[in-house]
Amino acid sequence: MRRTFARLLGWLEHRVGLETAARKFLYEDVPASSGWPQVFGSVALFLFLVQAFTGLLLAFNYAPTPGDAYNSLQYIIREVTAGRLIRGLHHWGASMMIIVVVLHMTQVFLWGAYKKPREATWIVGVVLLLITLSYGLTGYLLPWDNRAYWGTVVTTQLVTKTPLIGPYLGRLLGTDGSIGVVTFTRFYALHVLLLPPLTTFLIALHVYLVRKHGVTPAPGDAAPRKKFFPEQVFKDTVAIFAAFAVLFLLAVVAEAPLERLADPTDTTYIPRPEWYFLFLFQLLKLFQGPLEVLASTVLPMAAVAVLFAVPFVDRTRLRRVTERTAALSLVALSGVAWTGLTVAAVVTTPRPTQGSASGGVSEWQALSPEELAGIGYFRRENCAACHSVGEGGAKIGPDLAHTAIRKDAAWMIAHFKNPAEVVPGSSMPPIQLSDAQLNALAAFLLQLTPRNARALISAPDFAVEGAMIYQANRCGACHIVNGVGMKVGPPLNGLRGRRSREWVRAHFVDPQKLSPGSIMPPYRFSPREMERITNYLMALP
Amino acid sequence: MQPPDEERRNFCVACIYALWGAITAALGVPAAAYLLAPPRARQESDWVEAGEVARLPVGVPEEVVFRRIRRDGWRVVSEKASAWVIRRHDGSLTAFAPQCTHLGCAYQWDEHKQNFLCPCHASTFDLEGNVLSGPAPRALDRYAVRLEGGKLLLGPVRSSRSGAA
Repeated sequence: MRRTFARLLGWLEHRVGLETAARKFLYEDVPASSGWPQVFGSVALFLFLVQAFTGLLLAFNYAPTPGDAYNSLQYIIREVTAGRLIRGLHHWGASMMIIVVVLHMTQVFLWGAYKKPREATWIVGVVLLLITLSYGLTGYLLPWDNRAYWGTVVTTQLVTKTPLIGPYLGRLLGTDGSIGVVTFTRFYALHVLLLPPLTTFLIALHVYLVRKHGVTPAPGDAAPRKKFFPEQVFKDTVAIFAAFAVLFLLAVVAEAPLERLADPTDTTYIPRPEWYFLFLFQLLKLFQGPLEVLASTVLPMAAVAVLFAVPFVDRTRLRRVTERTAALSLVALSGVAWTGLTVAAVVTTPRPTQGSASGGVSEWQALSPEELAGIGYFRRENCAACHSVGEGGAKIGPDLAHTAIRKDAAWMIAHFKNPAEVVPGSSMPPIQLSDAQLNALAAFLLQLTPRNARALISAPDFAVEGAMIYQANRCGACHIVNGVGMKVGPPLNGLRGRRSREWVRAHFVDPQKLSPGSIMPPYRFSPREMERITNYLMALP
Repeated sequence: MQPPDEERRNFCVACIYALWGAITAALGVPAAAYLLAPPRARQESDWVEAGEVARLPVGVPEEVVFRRIRRDGWRVVSEKASAWVIRRHDGSLTAFAPQCTHLGCAYQWDEHKQNFLCPCHASTFDLEGNVLSGPAPRALDRYAVRLEGGKLLLGPVRSSRSGAA
């Protein structure tokens, strides 16, 4: 076995010089002073490869059009084996890559490793940083959920406000006033067709330059040089493994967000960019009116220009890290500014409205639990992909808030089950829901009018999910909400005035303990279900 | 006894192999499952109505076209499908899936020769779906069949490979 392997290697060595090349790469001389601080470059390269690999896997099941993107992503998450994990690795890998790339740059900056003759290596590195951020920006739109849509609306609006070239940049991104199929396709093309080969080329160039000039030795490092393999490779591998372990754990434990299907009519959505762009978002708030261009264009451009200029401005001789007071303070200052802006952005993000704190009753609060649950099925089945609701617009199906197409529940349910039979020529796919769920969907649609459509369709998720849990557990068989249900148990309207949240939770777990003689059975909700149904009940008017 | 330097070197090399092995496995196994394992929660489509039994000729195969709902990846599609249905003299019904078991071409009933003929590689099948000649490896696949109120209902296709036919 071993001999066969050796012969195979010998054959390859003879034909392509594999062993010589590998040896040359691994037995490169590195300064004795290099060690743990120099591992970040390898980790960044590894994370790029993970992104390329998981991105390729996702592309096998992902349909890059606004009509299908969201559904195919749900298919990946819910139905494809290990799909949730692969998507998690890609999502969290993106964030992790940004962190590691910034750590790598900080290390190079602090060590002064950009100095002559390594200016070109630094410049290519800065371009790679910008490309990494571009991946984040273009990939953000691809799930085509509300988060993606609204986040990108803000970004593209900013881009089009760039002085002079703004309108052209906007046109290049396909955003002439709004975001649609053209923008989506261009972002996808940038994300998977342009950026990866560009990154591969620049990484190759970067590594070539690092090899050409060698790793920067610490000042006064006169010790004999050592080989890259195995000691530095060992350190790189340990760091890569640690980063991968964190990434894998995140992908398993923390679910990558996927919100509702992108809804351009949702007026309640609060758009926020990905965490690493929050500082820019917050900066924008500090400069308003004519000064806005400072935060949107001038300052970011200046920051990039400064990064490029670093090796040409600082031409002093190499010194120890601990002696580089100016560099250290600059990094500390940037860190503080970034953290301050990011924290401010997080703190000032308003929470989605939970119930009617102001006293008035929202439109959704007047719905019966069944009707409200219908909104959930409306979202789950992505009806809004083909139907507009009170907004008009050019979608495949008719506007559902329009009274002209108003039918009764029996017609609707027959139509849901077999659209083409009820409306000949309809290209609507059949809805695969249980009868109870179809009833809820029809009940909701019957409540829609052009006046209330917008408010109903943007009912908060917690309430809709709460109502779905209420329906699924047949709470209405004993309780009454908004006049619908039975009177075996107490009516649930105004519950928040009578009981505390903790009481409601405890009551679900063991009703007899808190209400002796009650015939209500105990409910074993998951923590999320418990939170949703309690919030819903506490929000009832 | 190895010198300490050599020992340290061996330790480093062993760790490099072990850690890269773990990373490769942690990425490779899910990737293989992602590409090769069948998707979860795929609902088998229910029984579909394929017309009145009384309208079928007795003893002669009839191509029946019907609409069915199928999950196609992330889509639910309503599509046309067909079956070769034989209503036998004893009243029993057989419905063959319309693809040849060789390479999936659509076969036809040859009135003249009283057998099914596949136009691609000339496989022929008898009225029971058994292979008479040609490269087809096994008998025709069949739909599960049910009668309800004089209507023909077709269920999932059962492969003749599994012996269900």
